[in-house]
Amino acid sequence: MSLLHTVNKSPFESNTLDACLNLAKSGSTVLLIEDGVYAATSGNAVADKIKNTSGINFCVLGPDAQARGIEGKLAEGIKVVDYEGFVDLVAEHDAVQAWL
Amino acid sequence: MPIEANGKVFETDEEGYLSNLNEWEPAVATAMAEAEDCTLTDEHWDIINFLREYYEEYQIAPAVRVLTKAVGKKLGKDKGNSKYLYELFPYGPGKQACKYAGLPKPTGCV
Amino acid sequence: MAKKFMYINRKAPYGTIYALESLEVVLIGAAFDQDVSLAFIGDGVYQLTKGQDTKAIGQKNFSPVYSALGDYEVTKIYIEKESLEERGLTLDDLQHLVWEDEDEDYAEKDSIRLVSRAELADVLDEQDVLLSF
Repeated sequence: MSLLHTVNKSPFESNTLDACLNLAKSGSTVLLIEDGVYAATSGNAVADKIKNTSGINFCVLGPDAQARGIEGKLAEGIKVVDYEGFVDLVAEHDAVQAWL
Repeated sequence: MPIEANGKVFETDEEGYLSNLNEWEPAVATAMAEAEDCTLTDEHWDIINFLREYYEEYQIAPAVRVLTKAVGKKLGKDKGNSKYLYELFPYGPGKQACKYAGLPKPTGCV
Repeated sequence: MAKKFMYINRKAPYGTIYALESLEVVLIGAAFDQDVSLAFIGDGVYQLTKGQDTKAIGQKNFSPVYSALGDYEVTKIYIEKESLEERGLTLDDLQHLVWEDEDEDYAEKDSIRLVSRAELADVLDEQDVLLSF
């Protein structure tokens, strides 16, 4: 049983990412979308939150990262997926939790 | 009201601005001008082309004041004044010229 | 007497409509010949990142509009230093915004002013009208 979590808020504006990471288990996937993608840039003040997790697979939605001009600044270990990749992730996991 | 030019039909909004600015071609400007009893001269085209370049770079239709200043820099001080621009486009250089150029109505132009 | 207007931008672009709405109000307001400045704090600094490409999300890329602000005589753009640092960004990650000084043969001058929180607090203090987005 593994979950796909999506986070669509900036980590600097809301505690949505925290709420997600509090309950995301090893083996699950966290997909950052919309303003949530800012959490994935390297060297930012919340980078450790992602670094300090273990066994969670982090992805960002490429189109949202490109729109915001941060595709070249993503931290190591973050996978970029397109819309089709998003659909695949949904299909691969047992359920989706969309953190709002 | 759609406008016909070059054998094609172009959708416009209720004020006559082109619905899809990517569809624009020079014939659209000519047809719009004819509908308003205006014959386009080289001087008109200078402004229309200028507006299209401005939009391409900045993604906005400039306000009249900004257009006037920018035209003065690009085409010379004698053309960078509202008298010159209003003589070319009596319905208002912002509204009329932007319409012919296929741009949306300038921001802040009510 | 021109009043000092400051627009305070604290939201990232595209996720919400605030950034675009602010920009529209700034452009419209520029017709009123006031002393206008913009401040970018918090996630607002993301509005100015270079290399935005919105094709894949089907929204208009309005980042080129910021470089037209100089034409609208908006020449004071304050960026809060701490907000940039928190986000792992430097000025090099942002667009280089300039204005042309007509009185000096269109010499290009920097519009962006990188300021600390304390300095920005002083700038806010000098304003007559503050508009928040």
